Amino acid sequence: MNASVFFQQLINGMSLGSLYALLAIGYTMVYGILRFINFAHSDIFMVGAYFAFFSIVIFRIPWPIAAILSIGLTALVGMAIDRVAYRPVRDAPRISALITAVGVSSFLENLGLVTVGARPKAFESPSFMSKLFHIGDAAITGVAIWVPVITLGFLIVMMYIVYKTKVGMAMRAVSTDIDATRLMGVDVDKVISYTFALGSALAAVGGILWACKYPKISPLMGVYPGWKAFTAAVVGGIGSIPGAMIGGFIIGLIEVMTVAISPGLSGYRDGVIFLVLVIFLLLRPTGILGETLKEKV
Amino acid sequence: MSDKSRKTFLMIIFLCVLFILVWVSDKFLDEYTMRVIRTGLIYIIAAISYNLINGIAGQFSLGPNGFMALGGYMVALLMLPLEQKKFVWFLKPLIWPFNSFSFTKAFFPLAIFFGGMAGALGALVVGFPTLRLRGDYLAIATFGFSQIIIVLANNLISVTNGALGIKGVPEYANIYWCLAWAIITVLFTTNLANSSYGRAMKSIRDDEIAAESMGISIFKHKLLAFVVSGFFAGVSGGLMTSLITTISPSLFSFTMTFNLLIIIVLGGLGSITGSVITAFAFAILSELLRFVESPINLGPIYIPGIAGMRMLVFSFLLVVLMIFYRRGIFGEKELSWDWVLSRFGSKNHQGVKVCPGKTEHF
Amino acid sequence: MRRSVISFTVFTVLLSFMLFGVTTYSADPIRIGFNLEITGAVAGYGQMGWEGAQLVREFVPMEVLGRPVEFVLVDNKSDKVEASNATSRLIEKEKVVAIIGPMTSGAMIAAGDIAEKKQVPILGPSTTSPLATQGKEYVFRVCYTDPFQAEIGAKYAYEDLGARKAAVLFDIANDYCVTLGQYFKDSFEKQGGDIVVFTQCSAGDQDFSAQLTAIKNANPDVIYLPNYYEEVGLILRQAKDLGLTQPILSADGVDVDEIWGLAGSSIEGLMHTAHWHEKAGMTDVGKKYISAYKEKHGGEVNSFGALAADCVLLVLDAIERAGSTDPVKIQAALQATKDLDVVTGNISIADNTAVKSVVIREAKDGNWEFKSIVNP
Repeated sequence: MNASVFFQQLINGMSLGSLYALLAIGYTMVYGILRFINFAHSDIFMVGAYFAFFSIVIFRIPWPIAAILSIGLTALVGMAIDRVAYRPVRDAPRISALITAVGVSSFLENLGLVTVGARPKAFESPSFMSKLFHIGDAAITGVAIWVPVITLGFLIVMMYIVYKTKVGMAMRAVSTDIDATRLMGVDVDKVISYTFALGSALAAVGGILWACKYPKISPLMGVYPGWKAFTAAVVGGIGSIPGAMIGGFIIGLIEVMTVAISPGLSGYRDGVIFLVLVIFLLLRPTGILGETLKEKV
Repeated sequence: MSDKSRKTFLMIIFLCVLFILVWVSDKFLDEYTMRVIRTGLIYIIAAISYNLINGIAGQFSLGPNGFMALGGYMVALLMLPLEQKKFVWFLKPLIWPFNSFSFTKAFFPLAIFFGGMAGALGALVVGFPTLRLRGDYLAIATFGFSQIIIVLANNLISVTNGALGIKGVPEYANIYWCLAWAIITVLFTTNLANSSYGRAMKSIRDDEIAAESMGISIFKHKLLAFVVSGFFAGVSGGLMTSLITTISPSLFSFTMTFNLLIIIVLGGLGSITGSVITAFAFAILSELLRFVESPINLGPIYIPGIAGMRMLVFSFLLVVLMIFYRRGIFGEKELSWDWVLSRFGSKNHQGVKVCPGKTEHF
Repeated sequence: MRRSVISFTVFTVLLSFMLFGVTTYSADPIRIGFNLEITGAVAGYGQMGWEGAQLVREFVPMEVLGRPVEFVLVDNKSDKVEASNATSRLIEKEKVVAIIGPMTSGAMIAAGDIAEKKQVPILGPSTTSPLATQGKEYVFRVCYTDPFQAEIGAKYAYEDLGARKAAVLFDIANDYCVTLGQYFKDSFEKQGGDIVVFTQCSAGDQDFSAQLTAIKNANPDVIYLPNYYEEVGLILRQAKDLGLTQPILSADGVDVDEIWGLAGSSIEGLMHTAHWHEKAGMTDVGKKYISAYKEKHGGEVNSFGALAADCVLLVLDAIERAGSTDPVKIQAALQATKDLDVVTGNISIADNTAVKSVVIREAKDGNWEFKSIVNP
């Protein structure tokens, strides 16, 4: 592999990784606060992409308005899912909550299959996203430049919300001790609702950007990106927002470099990602930046 | 007659009746119905094995499809006739030793046993490192492993024939074998659940820290549950492969795990009888619910079928069950002879409580 | 406690009623079964097949031997277990005389085994794997086999395009792609060519930049992409973004209208082995099919639907010639099919596989242009 190829692969990995990072932040936020893996996050991502698809391609709403509209709608969907499906099982054994999440995930996928059909749809990305840039021999698309910028932007916004606002303080309180927080007079359900809204809004942003980079949307589009983003969240340290960012880039790079090093064995790529996931879970379950969590008695 | 021998007697009578019932239906029912029944029996084995780890030991695993795949491939590799092996691996030749022998019909039960062993071995390899993890982490790790198994199945063409799959596996999984294995699974798992091992598993499920402080070896019991579960998952995968005569990586995708999850939740996490009934019902309902999707033509009224409705209904059902009816149909209870006797039998059996712990009467 | 006993009893009774009480019609209409992937992972193909099959009703009278023809659709959920059960159901309960589908080879292998045992002909519209018909008398296919198509592709690449170095990128989780990729490699190397990159992706992948960068670095003369339209669309876009300018060759899996939207302008210059083209001679039914499709669905026709329509025409013709609805006689008539005009051309059946010409087309200005034709 010569230098220019390496550089191109680096760019490939980074631009893929930044999308994983965006999605991973959603997983990590919900987990950090509720200690709960939202399996449906990857399907909320799909829902976000479809909202954007309908508003742009079908209803011809101008781009920026359509994007904001779909992000808002997806946030509402996230809140609704929490209200309808997750809140009733919050005090149940953890296994029930997990099974509920798997059920919601499957429900959203099949709802998509029933309503919009299984055949993939072509997404129209705005021209500034598909513009090409060249650095030496390497080529970069507009999305690859915009995605890390947008991800970084959202990261800062998230950090601000979590660490500088009242709601953020409540979120952190809930994550530390949910019962004590309730005793302090905080409306815990509301805080959790906000968390889901934020996480789902991020999933929508991820879904829209994903559709810009890979303009093919289908009801099952979220499944693999979802697992890889989840792996990214684990690698970075689940519960840690900057960790999710780092994890995303690591997973993106591993995925690309596996192929770059031995193109003949690229069929094993997904296996390598899951292997990384398992290795991290076993050797360092708290990930790179995660704090050690004690199981509550 | 003592209580124990009375129950053994009842059990023997029950098995005889069951056998006659199966024999009669095999004679008189059409092949389609029998095929659905066989599918149901195989689902029973898979569901009980999954319930052992999820419901009885309380460890949320998302990987039974991987163990079923191991069992399925083992049976396919052992049972496939030699001349068929030559044809199926037309991209790359099959590796030694599988290319040099194949089992005859008489060895079918042995092949299924080896399929189970493959599942158990897989469970040992996966369980040994991962069972230290708890809750969600375990779920993710087992999911990761089952995905790795599927990726390997796709890539190791000289063993699994990759995505092309293996075809022409002899259909020896007749109703009797399916029934026999289902009975073995039910009896073994019930006995395990009621033994000291089973009680230890349940105590781990209910409170891991309390169980540990009582001196129960958490890891040993979790691993035991995992390996036994892997064995029966392998058996069901092997029978499934023989039933449909072909196997490829897509046969044991995550959908399989999802279906099993619905079955055990509906039947009641921890209830073996519950799993038996819902697994069987699932196989039959999957066929019956076809009408939901097919167009209905009532003279002038034409309702076009909505494809995919079944899975949507199943997912919805799963969520609703979790919210409103978390215990499923049976909760953790079992349909036991005590219960049957106390309902229909003589009065002096009222209140006899043989099954200890959580296995209550109705 | 009592309530659960009662509800359980009611449930069981209902269940047994539903299972055993399903009444079958009197066998007045001739019933053709469809065992298709309507839901699940590859639902798109089954849905296209069903669309195409139903379209035949628009221009062919649905009557043979003086009896009306009825279609019975059963969804196999893209799943082998369901495909087996569906076949069994179609034969035992629905009493069909022939079955069309599944679309994919894997499900067909499971379904074909049962159809063979029950001696009911089963036709695969797009079951290209050689394993699907191997050792089977009652399993047919109306498409080409993968080795045949890959060989034509390799010959075209070597002789007509003059390529000496080729790269292959295929989906490892899909039997269609794996077989095409492997046979292209063998055939291209046999002719004296060199495969410089032989790399895989996996179903569900959306990022191919790493594989394409490796291909770009190896600088082949031609790139072979034997995948379905869902992947090819994205691969073409990413190849263009990375600055790959080599000719790209694909197979019949891209013959779906959606490819134009998915690939956008990057599709320009894509060549592929296909079933038909106006300039390669279009049959009358083919013309009727296209106009019926455009009227009903709009857009371009796809080969999956057209091949399913071919199956319907083939079965109707076989029933006619057999003069009977006995599945065994229909099977014999199917095997004897000679020079029948169907939607995708003129076909005969040999070795239970349709013998027909292969067309090579190229995408130009939003249309498939005719490049060449290879006759059997």
